[in-house]
Amino acid sequence: MNLLKLSWKYLIAKPLNTSLNILLLALGLAIITVLLLMQDQFENKMTKDAVGIDLVIGAKGSPLQLVLSSVYHIDFPTGNIDLEEAIGVSKNRLIKNTIPLGMGDNYQGFRIVGTNHDYLELYAVSFAAGSPWKKPFDVVIGHDVATKLGLQVGDTFVGSHGIGSASHDHDEHDYVITGVMEKQGSVVDQLILTSMESVWFTHDEDHDHALMELPVTTTGFPETTEPREITSLLVQYRNPIAAVQLPRFINSRSSLQAASPSFEISRLFELLGIGVTLVQGLAVIIIVISGLGIFIALYNSLKERKYDLAVMRTIGASKGLLFRHILLEGVLLTFLGALLGLLIGHLFLLILVVNYDQGAIAGLRADVFLVEELYLVFFAILIGVLASLLPAWNAYRTDIAKQLTK
Amino acid sequence: MLISKSIHFKYENLPPFDLPDLHLNPGDELLVLGKSGSGKTTLLHILGGLLKPQSGDVIIDGTSIYSLKGNALDKFRGEKIGIVFQKPHILSALTVMENLQIANYFVGKNKQNTIEKNLMELGISDKKSAKLDTLSEGEAQRVSIARALANEPKVILADEPTASLDDENAENVIRLLKIQAKRLQAVLIVVTHDQRVKNHIANQLTIGEVYR
Repeated sequence: MNLLKLSWKYLIAKPLNTSLNILLLALGLAIITVLLLMQDQFENKMTKDAVGIDLVIGAKGSPLQLVLSSVYHIDFPTGNIDLEEAIGVSKNRLIKNTIPLGMGDNYQGFRIVGTNHDYLELYAVSFAAGSPWKKPFDVVIGHDVATKLGLQVGDTFVGSHGIGSASHDHDEHDYVITGVMEKQGSVVDQLILTSMESVWFTHDEDHDHALMELPVTTTGFPETTEPREITSLLVQYRNPIAAVQLPRFINSRSSLQAASPSFEISRLFELLGIGVTLVQGLAVIIIVISGLGIFIALYNSLKERKYDLAVMRTIGASKGLLFRHILLEGVLLTFLGALLGLLIGHLFLLILVVNYDQGAIAGLRADVFLVEELYLVFFAILIGVLASLLPAWNAYRTDIAKQLTK
Repeated sequence: MLISKSIHFKYENLPPFDLPDLHLNPGDELLVLGKSGSGKTTLLHILGGLLKPQSGDVIIDGTSIYSLKGNALDKFRGEKIGIVFQKPHILSALTVMENLQIANYFVGKNKQNTIEKNLMELGISDKKSAKLDTLSEGEAQRVSIARALANEPKVILADEPTASLDDENAENVIRLLKIQAKRLQAVLIVVTHDQRVKNHIANQLTIGEVYR
């Protein structure tokens, strides 16, 4: 027998009351846990995906949409831009390097992105099997695409028009998988990458079969005799001055728009921040109510327990021991609540990730633990102490003789 | 073993009590009789270290108990004094065994063997893992005796231990108290107005008439 066991026994003597309080606290803490986990991972992922991309150039529209679609591949593109124009811009002396992107098709919801080998280099991609594309309609697929669709090198598939769900199939030409990428922990895990040429040829009405056998461009822009379009251009600055001059220069031209990923993303988080703060506020209110609930439960139970406490004193318990006994009860309650809260939080995120295997949620992990979660546990324990301080003080002051003669 | 000297006690708004001087040796028994309101329970609380008198001394095992401060008095009480109340006051959240173990824990001892033996002698060893609400009145009172004995006290105080029991159980309880006190060579003081107890303890003291 010890104090911990004693407090525990009194908790489970009132199972309904105890579990209600634990659950309430756990709920509040679970909400905060999910927010913490998502915020942390989103920010990490967003930063990681945008490394090396200083600017995105695309068709006019929402700059945020342009960044979301071209860097994170979660929103729809703003439209296409003329290839000639893109080439013209890329010759600007402030630009060190550009990577063209061409979008518009998907396979089973995974985006097919036309680009060149520079894109693979940008994300430092390594291959689990096979090698990068060399001919039109060769593709390499991300790790998640491979595992979720069960594809491997040598498999073929037909792309569908559109970004999300299929409208009509491009059934004239099968894509051939030449490579499967290793897990990168970035956006490429969710992508099907191919050459710019593949994207163009898919959408052509008539097919020149001789072209299909030529090797594709691996860096820079493909050479073409026809007027072609691309979706966007990922830009790397040559020097810091570019950050000041280049966006203004491009945006002043009528047909193009430039958007900075870091700027747009901090704007996005600012917008989301209001919602996050709201949910956080709700969680705090739930936690405060649960703290109040614990206080009331302990305070009320003390009225019935004064007799028990007096009896404990007669068999040798000191005042200080009774104080610790009640305090421990509150702390035990909130500690359990905290553990349950973390568990629920992680489980909730797991369910979310499992159910939404594509898009923004995909790539989040439920099995990541943060230091902040440890702070949450301490925070919960603090609530336990605060809620049980007054009841514990009352226990401390119990007048034995008076209680026993009542 | 147990000496009380010139104890004077007064509740607010009530006339004061002057309680009799006692001098009891190990193994002695004393029956304190008196009507309700005569100060029997007050006397017991004072002897048990639960209620500090305005003046006077209670000396148990050579220690003047009210010279002990705070935790020391609580621990001394737990170790040397076993108290049995009119109602059993079993801690409701704990089992019978845990009720006895907690008494050990509070004074920092572990006397599992003593506990087991006491339960056996009191005839309730089959109730070890029972909770209060499954015990009969007589069983509950025997548990409270077992708890009072858990730390092998030098003084056993019983406040109306038989009041809520039927004849058979009352007889049992008083007999068990006597046997255990003898075995431990402890002072046994029983406070009661229960006439059934009178025949069991020869050494009697009536309070209330003279001292009130």
